[in-house]
Formats: sequence, structure tokens, C-alpha cells
Amino acid sequence: MTGTDAIEIEKIWHLLESVSDPELPVLSVVDLGIIRSVSATDDDEVEIAITPTYSGCPAITRIEWDIRIKLAENGYNKVKIVSKLSPAWTTGWMTESGKQKLKAYGIAPPNALQQVCSTDLFAADEAVQCPRCNSYRTHLISRFGSTACKAFYRCNDCLEPFDYFKCH
Amino acid sequence: MNKEHLIQYVLHLADNALILGHRNSEWTGHGPILEQDIAISNIALDLVGQARNFYQYAATLKADGSTEDTLAYLRDVPDYKNCLLTELDKGDWAVTTLRQFFVSTSQFYLYEQLKDSSDDTLASIAGKSSKEVAYHLRWSGEWVIRLGDGTEESHRRIAHALEYLWPYTGELTTPAPYEETISGYTGVNISLLKQNWITHIQNVLTLARLTLPAGTWMQSGGKEGRHTEHLGYILAEMQYLQRAYPGCEW
Repeated sequence: MTGTDAIEIEKIWHLLESVSDPELPVLSVVDLGIIRSVSATDDDEVEIAITPTYSGCPAITRIEWDIRIKLAENGYNKVKIVSKLSPAWTTGWMTESGKQKLKAYGIAPPNALQQVCSTDLFAADEAVQCPRCNSYRTHLISRFGSTACKAFYRCNDCLEPFDYFKCH
Repeated sequence: MNKEHLIQYVLHLADNALILGHRNSEWTGHGPILEQDIAISNIALDLVGQARNFYQYAATLKADGSTEDTLAYLRDVPDYKNCLLTELDKGDWAVTTLRQFFVSTSQFYLYEQLKDSSDDTLASIAGKSSKEVAYHLRWSGEWVIRLGDGTEESHRRIAHALEYLWPYTGELTTPAPYEETISGYTGVNISLLKQNWITHIQNVLTLARLTLPAGTWMQSGGKEGRHTEHLGYILAEMQYLQRAYPGCEW
């Protein structure tokens, strides 16, 4: 990449919007907020900094490969992916469109007001809206769900169980 | 800063996370109810992920061709520096949750301090891990109370777990020589850690209607590679594939 760096970088961000999270196919890696930066190095390499959602997220290796494949398909062969742990990923980085897509998919998106897990035992949990019937009369079943990033809830009105993408 | 001691310390943090993660993973498919099977499996996954980050850092520091995989799969018992508490058999649900509570409490307060370490890599791993450990701390503390303040049988079981595990808790807050020499560099205040740990344990045990065992004699040695027989069995299972088929990938 040379004099047109800015345009190229814009293009790469655009391409990343079509790389999805393998466990949540409705979300792109950009929606999820795990792409921290895209830049060009002096060696004409594209450098992408990504941050894992949770330390043990098994999807991260697959995501790295999907990014490489997507970029290679579009002519970017020199790609360097670096992992960046700090600052730690937070659901506050999820895009608004990402939250809407999650809800439409049947997963309650993280609450707008970031309420992360408190260490106070048996403290009351935040009200989470049912993604199906929109009721706030729901209750927590388990703070640990089908993947590291989700908690398990049930709606008291429509009685459906649902996943909540928990604030983190 | 003594680099050799820093490597040993990072390996100690990694080994604690990996061995406890491996023990917890033994519940996968065997949890008492589905939601708790998923919870303990999630905790196992977080711990193994945290271990990977520490091993990667240790491999960078060693700079001798080691990788996260060689450190996890090709070191033998005397090289492992995990606390003895993490390697004990998973026992029943009371032993598992109480052990998790003891370890999570120490990890939580340790990572809170390491977050501000002048060692940037340790600080970033600790910052990331502490958000996850907050969930483990809460989950395990709630279980200790639920069992201790529950039925006659649940109380009997967790009281037994407390008696069994207590002599293994000393290592969590007693520094190994390498830990002490680099505490100036890592910025960890060991006596504060000890104080935070015992205060939280004491509070939760009281709510769980349990009393701290009177005995003060403590087991030790894990941090320096002197282990119980349990660790050999974990490594035999965990390392089997790499030992039998060196370099195997899939």
C-alpha cells in the first residue's frame, strides 16, 4: 500500500464488515468490536489488531483465518494479525447495528447501561428485555451460557428461555 | 529484575490456571444439572484461556524455542509450579466449588494488583483475566453459601470439604522464593494479598455458617515443583497425545 493508504484502509474496514463471528453468524467482527485497528506497515503489510472477547474464546483462531481468507480473496496477501489484550474488550464496543442484529436473531443484546458482573454475592441482576416479546419481566437462570459471552435467561411472560449477551 | 525468577513466576500463574481448568473440565458432561455443567465448563475454558496467555508470555521470555504448547505438554511434574490445591481430585460438588472459591479469591485480588504492574504484559493479562475471575468469584462464593446454609447433607458435605481443603490453602498466600524476589518488579504487595484473601474467605464462610478450621499447619511445595501424586495422573492424561505422537496437530 502506498500513497492511497487511507482509501485502502477504508476498504479493508469495509471487507472486515463481511467477516462474521463463527458462533454468532449475524454479527461481523466489526459489530463485535474486536477489531482495534487497521494500519499499513512500512513493509507494505496490512496490520490488523484484534482483541479476544474472553481469554478462552475458541472462535478467535477461526476468526483470524477468516480475516486472512477474506483479505487474500481481495488481493491483500501480506497480512499481519496481532492480538491486543489491553485495554480489555468490553461489550461497550459493540455497534448499535450489531445490537439490533442480535435482537432480531433472538439473543438479548447487552444493556445500554454497562452493568458488568459485580462480585456482591446474590446481588440483584439488571433487568434484561426478552428479545421475543419485549417484556422486562425476565429472570436469570445462569450467568454462564452456551458460550463464554452469554448468560441464560427466561421470560416470565412468554415463558421462552433466551440467551443474553452479557455486559462485560 | 531477575529474569529467571520472572519466568518461574509467570509459569506458576499459568500452571495454576491450566491445572485447575483441566480439573474443572472433568465435570463437562457430568455436572449435577445442565446449567451448572455449563457454568463449570465455562470457568474451565476461561482458565485455560488465561493459562495460554501466561504461557505465551513465558515462552517469549524464555526465548529458547519454547511455545505455549511445549510448556503445557512437554514439562514433567517437578517443572510444574501450580499450588497443590489446584491439582487435587475434583471430589464432589462441595469440594469443587469450595476449591474454586479459594483459588478465585486469590486470583481476583492478585490480578487487581497486577493490573497496575509496571510489566505491561502481566498487567494486560491480569486486566483481561480479572473481568472473568469476577464471575468465578461470585459463582463459587454463592455456591459455598448455598451449600453451607442449605440442607443438613449439603452442610455436612461442605464442612467436610473445608476440613479436607484447608491445609492446602496456605500456598495461595505464602510466596515462593522467586515470587518474593520479583515482587518489587511485579508490584505485588504480598501481605495485602494475604489480608484481602482471608477477609473475603472469612466473610463468606460466616454467611455459610462455617467456621475456619483451627489447624494452622499447611501443606507446601507445589510452587517449587514438589507435588502430590494427583498431578502425575493429570499430566498422563493431558499430555498423552503429544508424548505418544510428538508434534501431532489437527
